[in-house]
Amino acid sequence: MKIVIIGNGMTSYKFCEKMMAKAAPGTVELVVFGEEPRPAYDRVHLSEFFSGKTATDLEIAPASWYAEQNITLHLGDPVQQIDRTLKTVHSYKGITESYDYLVLATGSAAFVPPIPGVDKKGVFIYRTIEDLEMMRDYAPKATTGAVIGGGLLGLEAAKALLDLGLKKTHVIEFAPRLMPRQIDEAGSNLLKAKLETLGLEIHTSKSTTNILGEDTITGLQFSDDSILEADMLVISAGISPRDEVARLCGLETGHRGGIVVNEQLQTTDPCIYAIGECALYNGMIYGLVAPGYEMAEVACSHILGSHKAFTGFDMSTKLKLIGVDVASFGNPFAPADQCRTIIFEDTMKGIYKRINVSNDGQHLLGGILIGDADAYNMLLQTAKNKVILPPNPEDLLLGARGAQTEGGAGVLGLPDEATICSCENVSKATICNAVTAGNETLDAVKKCTKAGTCCGGCVPMVKDLITSTMKAQGKYIRNVVCEHFSYSRQELFDLIKIKEIRTFDDALDHYGQGDGCEVCKPVVASILASLWNEMILTKGNDTVQDSNDRYLANIQKGGTYSVVPRVPGGEITPRQLMVIAQVAEKYNLYTKITGGQRIDMFGAHVNDLPLIWEELVAAGFESGHAYGKALRTVKSCVGSTWCRFGLHDSVSFAIRIEQRYRGLRAPHKLKSAVSGCIRECAEAQSKDFGIIATEKGWNLYVCGNGGSKPQHALLLAGDVDSDTCIRYIDRFLMFYIKTADPLTRTATWLNKLDGGIEYLRNVVVNDSLGIADQLEAEMQVLVDNYKCEWKEVVENPELRKRFSHFVNAPEEKDPTIKFENLREQKKAAEWK
Amino acid sequence: MSLENSATLTWFYACKVDDVPANGGVCVKYFDEQIALFRFARRNEWYATQNLCPHRRQMALSRGMTGTQEGEPKVACPFHKKSFSLVDGRCLTDEHECSLNTYPVKVEGDRVYIGIGAGGQQVEVMA
Repeated sequence: MKIVIIGNGMTSYKFCEKMMAKAAPGTVELVVFGEEPRPAYDRVHLSEFFSGKTATDLEIAPASWYAEQNITLHLGDPVQQIDRTLKTVHSYKGITESYDYLVLATGSAAFVPPIPGVDKKGVFIYRTIEDLEMMRDYAPKATTGAVIGGGLLGLEAAKALLDLGLKKTHVIEFAPRLMPRQIDEAGSNLLKAKLETLGLEIHTSKSTTNILGEDTITGLQFSDDSILEADMLVISAGISPRDEVARLCGLETGHRGGIVVNEQLQTTDPCIYAIGECALYNGMIYGLVAPGYEMAEVACSHILGSHKAFTGFDMSTKLKLIGVDVASFGNPFAPADQCRTIIFEDTMKGIYKRINVSNDGQHLLGGILIGDADAYNMLLQTAKNKVILPPNPEDLLLGARGAQTEGGAGVLGLPDEATICSCENVSKATICNAVTAGNETLDAVKKCTKAGTCCGGCVPMVKDLITSTMKAQGKYIRNVVCEHFSYSRQELFDLIKIKEIRTFDDALDHYGQGDGCEVCKPVVASILASLWNEMILTKGNDTVQDSNDRYLANIQKGGTYSVVPRVPGGEITPRQLMVIAQVAEKYNLYTKITGGQRIDMFGAHVNDLPLIWEELVAAGFESGHAYGKALRTVKSCVGSTWCRFGLHDSVSFAIRIEQRYRGLRAPHKLKSAVSGCIRECAEAQSKDFGIIATEKGWNLYVCGNGGSKPQHALLLAGDVDSDTCIRYIDRFLMFYIKTADPLTRTATWLNKLDGGIEYLRNVVVNDSLGIADQLEAEMQVLVDNYKCEWKEVVENPELRKRFSHFVNAPEEKDPTIKFENLREQKKAAEWK
Repeated sequence: MSLENSATLTWFYACKVDDVPANGGVCVKYFDEQIALFRFARRNEWYATQNLCPHRRQMALSRGMTGTQEGEPKVACPFHKKSFSLVDGRCLTDEHECSLNTYPVKVEGDRVYIGIGAGGQQVEVMA
């Protein structure tokens, strides 16, 4: 059987993949004609081309895949004619192929409205990689961009113009609102406000009548005679099905385009199928990838003789547009007389949620979520499965308030047959049964049911199901380290302390089972270091350290390491700078100033690390512990020694603190800073502990964080003297080290701590638990045991020996490491 | 192990037992290839795989952390913590990831050998 496929987009690829998987080997011959010069690529993620992805990254399968499958692939060669009586196709390059079945997967083209001037230079459409390449080449000449079309694709195109660096980008929509197919007016207004804060200007109810300029676009004119200056325009006003070759051979097409198909995706010629965006089923074009894939499945099955039907597809969508969640499901626009509507709007946070409930209050019909779409899966399933709603349906949006909970809302309220993972089609019952059968972790459930293994969108629901199913069985859920240790980190910490355990193997023999893994090994290593502060690479503990700790350096792309010497308080002498310069030049290292007022040297071969440190140690430098879950830096402003506003000497205090806690290992990294006055130039309130000078002493703030979830530190104690401040820090750090879960920063730890900052202040300042002296004594042990790890390695031939790439050729460096040049320095070669 | 068969395997001398840290790995140079050799001291077992992690094509597995998952020996790549079985090389954290080549290992006295099949690839021949 010979099947010819016209078109090579995502749907065409999926058809080939399914056909190769289903057909008996050697029974089907596939020939594919594609118009574009490259094989099928991921058009859904096209905009990522501008945020760094290459054409190859977007590739779904390379040309070699087709060769391996024995599929003949003609690229850059569109079919121009179909002869239905002879059952042959003729291509642009003159190839004639016969077929038993023909599949039209010709997709769609950008719909270009008939506006005078669309052929001017600087006007683009947004459809193929070639379109994007042309935009990329043109963008440096442009300053103001415009996009015609405020739908899903138009907003993607606007994002692309932002990514291309245009100073100003306008979005022009003919309809009175953005994304008119998905969201309502209130939703559109909120989305508009959000997008405008991100640098887009949105114009709705605007009809473009003319594109201005001689050969090159200079602006747009609208039906209200207003003019907008723009030197680059992208038209993304919708799609138009590619049905020309079908129409030419007499197949029925819709009057607004599209090849008419039946439930089996057959056109009016039963040997010819149409799938994807070119197919018109029941008067509708399906412009999303998921229904296209479903069509590929149905057509493929039908050709092979089994009976499946395409009966329409749920067009609910959830996506992130320029960082804003937008989702729409079921019937988002149900008219007022057919439903009751519940709307939640928060213009402060930029959240809009609307749900449409049936008049009898029993069922969810559809809705819209903007700004926060976490509830999308839950609501979609509630609507799809016609789950009976709780007595107060607003709980679906607001969560149950007050004493009563668990109304029937929530994941538990879903019927057993509800689809939880729509990618892998896994039902709620399948997941709950897997949990009951003993798969009590997310990984185990994933493996057993495949739920959550594709897009991952249902993972939160799967987790809820695991917890609730276990709770229903009366099981107590505890945060244990991993399969090898059935204890929480805090329990393990106390056990290791009481038994005075000093090695991982001992801990495992006493309190664990099996052989350990990459989760528990670093946890135990960190506990041992926080308790005894012994050299981490001795006593067989070297191989239980996290990779960076094991090599006392940070592994970087390509397998080289970066080196950060400690620069306490950020104070450094010209002589020390010269040493760093000499070392960096000698070992050909890329140098960069870090955010923590230090100097990072990148691109060191593992073999060179001891040589580099030999020179640094000789010049008085110590390890900066940039590789450890340990104290990193204590940043400082210049303080009263130079600054006319400074109240105290913040640099000296920062150095004193950094010297005290250097090398201190903790459940996660620790950062600190000292500011000499309330202007806060050292940004101390974004640190795990930060200190700000006051007229009377120091204010101590704790549990701040920068990073992905910034959080301001909270005041623990005000106007304290230097020694008191250090005592409080001792107690605070030791209390954190003893009680936090693995890899939990102080901010997250405080957020989970019952009683919050009030409780912490009682423990640390008021000594409510009576452990203050003990905490201080434990910290003093660690301070007294401090030694520079790198000095110890440099002086110990046995430890030095581990710093080689090849065990049987210790002098040789890894020959696969490659660098590229960048601004007179080097950088790691890009990885695949 | 039941993998050795002197007819098809060449035994390559890698290093001394003590050159490999207990419960850790080292990288062995075999002509232009890099082989990661692991000493699972807790179980008195040895394993060898390609050194290249297929995920981002980094020569890094010998620096990975060894361990077990439900009793199966594995190594986690230091870059993104993908875990691979040391027994058959398959990826335990992502079933779509490529598997590792594995090699048989034998220890004679204090010397460790890696078995190389024809063409440098491991040939599994059950004894």
